[in-house]
Amino acid sequence: GIPVRTTLDNSTTIQYAGLLHQLTMKARRTVRYLDPQNDLTFLRIRSKKHEIMVAPDKEYLLIVIQNPSE
Amino acid sequence: MEIVYVYTRRRSEFGRPCSFSDRPAKVNVDIPPDPTAASGFILRNPVDSCVQHVSDMSVHEVNTERVEVESHGINHVEGGWPKDINAQEVEQTIRFRKKVAKDENYINTIVHLGALMEHCVKQNNAIDIYEEYFEEEELLEMEDEPPSAKTINVIRDPNITKRTATQLSWHPNTCRKLAVAYSSLEFQRNVKDMSFDSYIWDLENPMKPELVLKPFSPLVSLAYNPKDSHVLLGGCYNGQMVYWDTRRGGLPMEVSTMEFSHRDPVYGAIWLQSKTGTECFSASTDGQVLWWDIRKLSEPTETLVLDITRKGLLENALGAVTLEFEPTMPTKFMVGTEQGIVIACNRKAKSPPEKITSTYSGHHGPVYGLARNPFYPKIFLTVGDWTARVWSEDIKESSIMWTKYHLSYLTDGCWSTVRPSVFFTTRSDGTLDVWDFLFKQKDPSLSLKVCDEPLSSLCLQEDGCIVGCGSQLGTVTLLEISSGLCTLQRNEKNLVNAMFERETKREKILEVRHREMRLKERARLEGQGMEAEERPAESPQDVLERTRREFFEVIQAELQKRGQAGTQHP
Repeated sequence: GIPVRTTLDNSTTIQYAGLLHQLTMKARRTVRYLDPQNDLTFLRIRSKKHEIMVAPDKEYLLIVIQNPSE
Repeated sequence: MEIVYVYTRRRSEFGRPCSFSDRPAKVNVDIPPDPTAASGFILRNPVDSCVQHVSDMSVHEVNTERVEVESHGINHVEGGWPKDINAQEVEQTIRFRKKVAKDENYINTIVHLGALMEHCVKQNNAIDIYEEYFEEEELLEMEDEPPSAKTINVIRDPNITKRTATQLSWHPNTCRKLAVAYSSLEFQRNVKDMSFDSYIWDLENPMKPELVLKPFSPLVSLAYNPKDSHVLLGGCYNGQMVYWDTRRGGLPMEVSTMEFSHRDPVYGAIWLQSKTGTECFSASTDGQVLWWDIRKLSEPTETLVLDITRKGLLENALGAVTLEFEPTMPTKFMVGTEQGIVIACNRKAKSPPEKITSTYSGHHGPVYGLARNPFYPKIFLTVGDWTARVWSEDIKESSIMWTKYHLSYLTDGCWSTVRPSVFFTTRSDGTLDVWDFLFKQKDPSLSLKVCDEPLSSLCLQEDGCIVGCGSQLGTVTLLEISSGLCTLQRNEKNLVNAMFERETKREKILEVRHREMRLKERARLEGQGMEAEERPAESPQDVLERTRREFFEVIQAELQKRGQAGTQHP
């Protein structure tokens, strides 16, 4: 996917954009497969260092990386 | 190739052709039913009969070849730009971006998504859903689940001619890597194309070794430097010492010279505690223990000849099969020999004969495993012939506890790093035994058949949960032990301490008693020697009577002592 606006540096943004786009597609396909009426609204990936939140839409994708509050 | 045999006969010799004709049926035998035979049977009503109309199926097992998995990285380059825009041109990309930003759909979508995202971010900020809520409830009582162990991984020797995995060593910090030394310990059985390599395996990838170590002669022993996890020490089959730096690849950094090395395979190689972290020592069946400094492997810094008569003669020396060193006691170390004797030595003694402090004999065969209890350094475990024995350093005459004689001989053993009463032994019938002395003393708590071929070595990971066993065909099996055997129980240290002390006391009492009896015997013999001419010859009957009396006296005394010791059992 093409990053339109970003607050991180270019290479990281491109990495995140590419990988998360694919992951979101896969997640959406999975949700749809399990129940055709369902659709993916939000995707949260929590890792040791931070939490990645992805809000998908038909054409665009909003990705936020947050440090967990602990 | 067809095997054909041709019979030929002339048609005229066949005889008359048979001519068949029909005739009506003829009854040959008629047996009427005999009702009296029914008395031997009971009428069964109802009768269960199974009927199933299913197509017949057969079972066939197939084992596929292991799938080779490789990890590849993908390099993401910007893509997805429409055709007319060149991704390298910054101007064009900026222009495109601006155009998109003005798109109405974009604005709506972003606002909508932004609201959604804000909701989740606020959620995150408000509550941390992954925090530890009930910390006090962690103290679950360990139910008496039966101890068990699970195989988590099996690493096979990738070469065609399989060699024995003679020693394993875990990577000191991460414990995700395992270094295994492969060699063939059969005397003069070296097949020509047997490879000399030993491997470092990463547990994530059991198919392909992470690093191949290429010594000049197969490695018999291998150890990671506990201070510097990149350096490994190896002892070769031909007696040389080698060391590697894993950052520099698989070829040895330095090899000790042939003249000053051992003359026999180096069975024990251990790193020493030193400020420089470069000192190590090695032992071999040629009867020598040599100290080395890694930086200068051309000659050993110190030597010791394992001669228990303390004369330092190489001819009398005993061959060393295992070596043991405890970092908390840096000057003392122990050597297990081929003759079944364990020698405790002090490195800092002033003269060579003083170096050997004490010997403990009790095994009938070579001592294959030697380990100190990490919690009680005075107690150590020896594994050899068909038993495993636990010794206390103070009692030199015999072991304080021992296992029964097994059917197959034991090849290696080590203590658990977390529980003072648990130790592991491997047998030559491929079984791994886990012993828990507090729980059961006659039998192992857990006995697992790991493989069909003999197990040759054993190494426990530092956290005490995962144990690696190496077998004769080079297969290393990693087992995870159930948590009951690797978590410290309440009060365990006290109980174990009490048990060891009790056994030590028992042995001490026995030792004192033996000494007394021996003194008495000696005194009596001396007394007898003086009156030898005047004493009348005792008839065999009298001798028998006397010995029988003495025998029973001794038994009585023993029973009394045992009774006293028994009342001290908790």
